[in-house]
Amino acid sequence: MSIRVGKTGNEAVAEAMRQINPDVVAAYPITPQTEIVQIFSSFVANGKVDTEFVTVESEHSAMSATVGAASAGARSMTATSANGLAFMWEIVYIAAGMRLPIVMPVVNRALSGPLNIHCDHSDTMGARDSGWIQLFSENAQEAYDNAVQAPRIAENPDVKLPVMVTMDGFIISHAMEVMEILEDEKVREFIGKYVPENPLLDVDNPVTLGPVDLQDWNFEHKRQQAEAMRNAKPVILDVASEYAKLTGRKYGLFEEYKLDDADIAIVVLGSTAGTAKVAVNALRAKGVRAGMLKMRVFRPFPAEEIADALKHVKAVAVMDRSDSFNAVGGPVFVDVRSALYDVDNGPKIVNYIYGIGGRDVTPDHVKTVYADLAKIAETGQVENPLTYLGIRE
Amino acid sequence: MAVPVDNYLRNQFMPHMWCPGCGHGIVLGAVLRAIGRLDLPKDEVCIVSGIGCASRAPGYLDFNTVHTTHGRALAFATGIKLARPDLHVIVLTGDGDASAIGGNHLIHAARRNMGITTVMFNNSIYGMTNGQYSPMTPKGRYASTAPYGNVERNFDMCELVKAAGGNYVARATTAHARQLSNYVEHAIQTQGFAFVEAVTQCPTYFGRRNKMGTPVDMIEWFRKNSVNAAAAAKLGPEELDGKIVVGEFYRGDAPEYTQVYEEVIKRAKEAAAR
Repeated sequence: MSIRVGKTGNEAVAEAMRQINPDVVAAYPITPQTEIVQIFSSFVANGKVDTEFVTVESEHSAMSATVGAASAGARSMTATSANGLAFMWEIVYIAAGMRLPIVMPVVNRALSGPLNIHCDHSDTMGARDSGWIQLFSENAQEAYDNAVQAPRIAENPDVKLPVMVTMDGFIISHAMEVMEILEDEKVREFIGKYVPENPLLDVDNPVTLGPVDLQDWNFEHKRQQAEAMRNAKPVILDVASEYAKLTGRKYGLFEEYKLDDADIAIVVLGSTAGTAKVAVNALRAKGVRAGMLKMRVFRPFPAEEIADALKHVKAVAVMDRSDSFNAVGGPVFVDVRSALYDVDNGPKIVNYIYGIGGRDVTPDHVKTVYADLAKIAETGQVENPLTYLGIRE
Repeated sequence: MAVPVDNYLRNQFMPHMWCPGCGHGIVLGAVLRAIGRLDLPKDEVCIVSGIGCASRAPGYLDFNTVHTTHGRALAFATGIKLARPDLHVIVLTGDGDASAIGGNHLIHAARRNMGITTVMFNNSIYGMTNGQYSPMTPKGRYASTAPYGNVERNFDMCELVKAAGGNYVARATTAHARQLSNYVEHAIQTQGFAFVEAVTQCPTYFGRRNKMGTPVDMIEWFRKNSVNAAAAAKLGPEELDGKIVVGEFYRGDAPEYTQVYEEVIKRAKEAAAR
């Protein structure tokens, strides 16, 4: 039996961390992540977890301490947002390159500058090529579910990669919703005991981790890292299927919402998927065949599966909550369009950049996107490949 | 004589975001009155800050102002001072910003003896993110991340900056607003790195969690628990436990960095001309 509770996204993820009971957590406060670590620190103080909790002096140190702990063989976690993730940057790549199965909730916030504390995806999108698995969440329930599944994915011997579990700052992190959590024993049984491979604390079998790796073998190690990311896809699905048996909540690489017979569809990540469902329902009531694809797994990028899911659609809009400043379009758009390249007579595809710096996006905004798509589907002509949705200038 | 400070404020950005009873306004007032007494032209002052409650100050000030990233105020200020040695570069920073995430920049700015005035607003807590303990939270005090009391010792930042090589080091509290302002004035007049620790109250997070009463009670607590440097010199460590030592601790005359660097430029030009 699951337990129904009212929790904010931050509370839900802190609860998942308590149930995971990591050996080490090292973290530094930053809005809007702060509460996760603050709540977790009370679990530490009240003896609810066995975790060694390190309040470091910066995010660079937070990720460094987490990497050190993971190298020693500890199940290790941290959490951050925006500039905190940016300040970790050097060690974020090292965590992936050293194949350390760290789990890190990232509460999405706009990356400075200009300084802004509200939601967009510029922080984690910047880290999309860092070698971390990235799981996006629509609401607190999904953030919790992703956090519980993350250690199993990260620690799988075929994967051994760090995982970011994201949720939209404030919109999810600070808003309370009714959700279900598992009993502690079920979570602990699900994630199992962590058996590290070649830990530094196995003093009878000394190893060196992270030494200089030059022209001789660096290339091979990087190719193996890429293979691990490919391996992650079936592992994510296996873990999700096992989790569905436990909870009844089914997760895939993405969610298809009324997509089967859709003529027009949007691709979206995070909380806006919930907003888009409202718009889809309203349009469906009027007979418009609108659908949606909500990405859960952005890294590894499920290119073939997305191409297969969208190939019958006439017009697709990819909604990006960050800009890549590549003078083409947002990061999700670029990947989705690339995935559709080999589809014969595939859909027309356009990009909407929205919600930057916490700009609100409503069902009405999403409906205008569908209206644009309906026109494209009808005429076969794309007038605006890129639109800044809800811009005030 | 009262020094008008309204001219230094960007009143269009009021009301400010500090909590009722926060001591940061007292510290900011002390800084502005020091600038006013020195009658520094606004265009010759550059105020730099990092991230945190204290670092919001430059947004309200009508000088050249730069609001940078967490802990990096002194790094940005070092660049500004090197590019424009003629400016009065003043860093307004908090204890989290200056002693934790930016601690390294502080000791190196002091070691180089950069001609920067640093005013560290020390409220013993990370206020902006709801009250985690900082390296300036005294041992035994409560914070959101230390619900049973902080086990770590706090820095003595004045000793640290003095040891690192700063030319001026002083401390006062919000109970000593005039004294604090005088110290900032002396700091601005210092050739080389000058550091003023301003002990200030955070009634919302530090005060409430540590049952320190109203903001007025906290200021009163500062007054009662402060010992001036001359008196402190005669007291032992046990008698000074839990006290705030206030005063001007050090004045040095080591050469200021940009002046030394000017000499290097001069020598290099002479060598090139030969």
